[in-house]
Amino acid sequence: MSVLRDPRLVAIGERLREVRAVVPFLSSKGGVGKTLVSVATALALGRRGLRVGLLDLDVTNPTVHVVLGIRPGSLVPREEYGVVPPEVSGVRVMSTVFYTLGRPAPLRGEGVSSAIRELLSITRWGPLDVLVVDTPPGMSDELLELLTYIRRFSSFLVTTPSRLSLDSTARLAELVARRVAGVVLNMAWEVPEEAVRLADRLSAPLYVLPYDSSVEVALGSPERLAETRFARAVDRYVAEHVVRLLQNRR
Amino acid sequence: MVGVHEWALAEAVVLTLSQYLREVGWSRVSRVVVSLGELQAVDREVFEFALKELTSLYGVEVGRFEVVDEEASFECRSCGFRWRLRDLNLPDEVRESIHFLPEAAYAYVRCPRCGSADFALLSGRGVRLVGVEP
Ligand SMILES: Nc1ncnc2c1ncn2[C@@H]1O[C@H](COP(=O)(O)OP(=O)(O)O)[C@@H](O)[C@H]1O
Ligand SMILES: [Mg+2]
Ligand SMILES: [Zn+2]
Repeated sequence: MSVLRDPRLVAIGERLREVRAVVPFLSSKGGVGKTLVSVATALALGRRGLRVGLLDLDVTNPTVHVVLGIRPGSLVPREEYGVVPPEVSGVRVMSTVFYTLGRPAPLRGEGVSSAIRELLSITRWGPLDVLVVDTPPGMSDELLELLTYIRRFSSFLVTTPSRLSLDSTARLAELVARRVAGVVLNMAWEVPEEAVRLADRLSAPLYVLPYDSSVEVALGSPERLAETRFARAVDRYVAEHVVRLLQNRR
Repeated sequence: MVGVHEWALAEAVVLTLSQYLREVGWSRVSRVVVSLGELQAVDREVFEFALKELTSLYGVEVGRFEVVDEEASFECRSCGFRWRLRDLNLPDEVRESIHFLPEAAYAYVRCPRCGSADFALLSGRGVRLVGVEP
């Protein structure tokens, strides 16, 4: 009797069949703004009338729901030939927090991969123009699952102007290489030469987002977040880039 | 009754079979063994029904599906203690969460002996394609 592969792997492709573009936000360091930028991008695209999904791939430490103001336990995906993500502020959201209710759920690498495969293979996004993916920092299981099982994607690398962050972003860029749509310089107190060179090397645009102290009080309120200088910059640069990317795919 | 999450799990199995048949160039299989991990608490009747519907939907010819149960067991990485799912008394809401995402168990289950959250799921996680016979 032949032994077969994990059945979820084939299902992942099927579940993403009606998704026109997968757009992950990546960084090798934590705290550079992946979550904030990815949520702001998804919201901006939703406001522009696109069909948007938002997946929190940070399965052990999900935070997308915090930015959106979703209280764990208040929302559950609907069960329908799989699970259908709930819509929040015009965006269909999927996160492990719907099932862990915000409790700590420490997973080793194998558990992380398995949780990601499960989510991707049961979630029915339906037709989407774009699936925005927030990721945890680093080059570990989450990124490898993306690279291996969602081969077609256009990512944004998120970094701060710090050399610590830029240096690790350069390493990450080597791994993701041709699947980089843009480099996002977040909390930009300056625009260092290394950032410009990195973007050049990748033949990708460098988008500069300001440090904006009003972001903190807007956490949990998509409406208030939209009014910040930060979100307006995300809309003008990052969301606009995704819109153009979709136009070019037609 | 078919509108449930079991449908997606069965669809994953049938899609994988379909791809496998294409790869090896078989037109049909006589026997397919699928194991259902106790942790995920898959509704067997619904799952078997979905398998039947989906094989005809995708045109995959299967002589017989053999669906077997697999007991869920854990081992603490900290103190080595072993236990089974049935030793625990999980509330219904927790079972429901684990049904959709078995890894959610790590949010609710702790080692009964030492309280550690670092344990291995030895068996019985979810749906597994055990094998096929031409
Ligand atoms: N442009 C910005 N201006 C002000 N605060 C920011 C900005 N970008 C991110 N932050 C804040 O920095 C912290 C880290 O951001 P987060 O999105 O969680 O990073 P990551 O997901 O990369 O770990 C958060 O408190 C967030 O609100
Ligand atoms: Mg984050
Ligand atoms: Zn223990």
